[in-house]
Amino acid sequence: MKTTINLILSFILALTITSCGKKENTENNTGKLKVGLVFDVGGRGDKSFNDAAYRGLEKAKQELGIEFEYIEPGPGADREAALRQFSSRKDIAVIFGIGFIFTDEITKIAQEFPDKKYACVDYTVDPSKTIPPNLVALEFKEEEGSFLVGAIAGLLTKSNKVGFVGGMDSPLIKKFQVSYEAGVKHVNPGGQILVGYAGVTGDAFKNPGRGKELALGQYNDGVDIIYHASGVTGLGVFEAAREMKKFAIGVDSDQNDEAPGYIITSMVKVVDVSVFEVIKEVKEGTFKGGRVETFGLKTKGVDYAYTDKNKHMIPDEVKAKVEVIRQDIIDGKITIPTK
Amino acid sequence: MEELLTITFVLQTLRITIPYLLPSLGAVYSEKGGVVNIALEGILLSGAFAAAAGTFYTGNIIVGTACGILAGIIIALIHSIVTITFKANQIVSGIALNILAFGITKFFCKILFGSSSNSERIPGIETLDLPFNPFLLLCVIILGITYFTINKTRFGLRLRAVGENPQAADSLGISVTKVRYLGVLISGALGGLGGAWLALDQHSYTDGMSAGRGYIALAAMIIGKWNPMGAAGACLLFGLAESFTLQFQDSGIPTQFIQMLPYVLTIIVLAGFIGKANPPAADGVPYEKKD
Repeated sequence: MKTTINLILSFILALTITSCGKKENTENNTGKLKVGLVFDVGGRGDKSFNDAAYRGLEKAKQELGIEFEYIEPGPGADREAALRQFSSRKDIAVIFGIGFIFTDEITKIAQEFPDKKYACVDYTVDPSKTIPPNLVALEFKEEEGSFLVGAIAGLLTKSNKVGFVGGMDSPLIKKFQVSYEAGVKHVNPGGQILVGYAGVTGDAFKNPGRGKELALGQYNDGVDIIYHASGVTGLGVFEAAREMKKFAIGVDSDQNDEAPGYIITSMVKVVDVSVFEVIKEVKEGTFKGGRVETFGLKTKGVDYAYTDKNKHMIPDEVKAKVEVIRQDIIDGKITIPTK
Repeated sequence: MEELLTITFVLQTLRITIPYLLPSLGAVYSEKGGVVNIALEGILLSGAFAAAAGTFYTGNIIVGTACGILAGIIIALIHSIVTITFKANQIVSGIALNILAFGITKFFCKILFGSSSNSERIPGIETLDLPFNPFLLLCVIILGITYFTINKTRFGLRLRAVGENPQAADSLGISVTKVRYLGVLISGALGGLGGAWLALDQHSYTDGMSAGRGYIALAAMIIGKWNPMGAAGACLLFGLAESFTLQFQDSGIPTQFIQMLPYVLTIIVLAGFIGKANPPAADGVPYEKKD
């Protein structure tokens, strides 16, 4: 009897482990360029950062005729295992890591597999270390975009109190927070800013329940606009905005559709464009690693969302002021703090 | 500091307590009958997933909640079969079921929603309808019923009997198997209900959203000395601590320190105030009938 149960249990275990793996598809001999992409915490369907990367893949598939596979890794060591799994496959030529959390792993793996090409979105650049020649670091000037949405929040707030909800308490998210605060203060020196973080680990990016409670707390304290930089956790912020009939600002993608009428704008990062461009370079043979590719306001690599869906929430005079600030940032007249 | 006493803070604490309280009460039923139910973590997670999926496809939160409860019962049923009928180690079965639940929810999430991490948005419960939050009301009712059932009814007596001394209960003609099954299945239903709240409050399902609450619920039950009221008190304490970490982020104290508080509190309470807790005598021991 005991043996039977042991067998059953190990079967259950085996089943679970395999279900975490990804569709293993057979070797393709079509000669198409194949891309492997490993998502950040939060995974597909976060309506934000990861989904932006996915749009880049879809676009490349349609316009460049590539094929792709992706993995949504579980916690911790799964990330490196996922990168390694793609790297050891013959048919995959380019591998993406989405998120700053990949920085160390992807650097290490790029050195181990010099024949493959790598790109990492939000790569944390450390001047004391060299980037491997087969890896391109994609860096976004999120402080410029955050400063602009901070200015919008500072101009639009009626209670003179705005909020910020961050995911993992980390240097990258601090950068969003600090530049947002600077943006608010730039237009509204008397404005007050409440700050909350969902946690201190990567899981803080996938905890909408906590995001909602943090946001409800801030709204109850008189905040009327909250900017979030917290991945899936931000979906909870939007739920709070709906319930309290207050406002929120999205991040990474244009998140207007998640709570129409409650999302004033979004700080948009063109993660999709960056992914697409790297794939295009590989396809055309112009890929060059060992460098940092920066996307900022100047090239519209970061921006705030202003479309037919949300422009009724941003009055013309506010837009005019923000456009002046945009030009000042591009011209270098405003220096934005990042920590 | 005066924020501490505001109604917002109280309501937030209560909301956070719900997903601890329901599985914790479930654990009381299971363990009073002598079955350790570590699978509550997996039950909570499957309940959340089934509730999200059910609500998404029917648009009806009551049907969704029922799906959550059903999923909880199914996992609990497996746990009962493995541990009561086949007398396997209860801890091992529970852990295996938790791992299974983690994988299986990912698997079905991928099939139903095209992402192994997140579901689509679902209709849910607007928590600010309080104080008539249906789940909160339900919690109070279930707490009352549990207290009454365990202490005042024939079923409660039998449950305690099979947990304390199954031989004696058996010799009096009580079916140990049947009573234990019932205890574990009720814990599955309550765990599933707790999961449904998680999904409905958040308006979506997120991979791994139970986030250890099932384990904390078990701990709360132990702190509460296997009593429904004690368990409720301990859950409230955890809810309070978590609510505290959310409210006091702006006080200038580093986030890391504030987020440590609930755990420190747990250790202090466990070591300092509770004293020795006596589990039911036959808790965790499979019953072998001697002929």
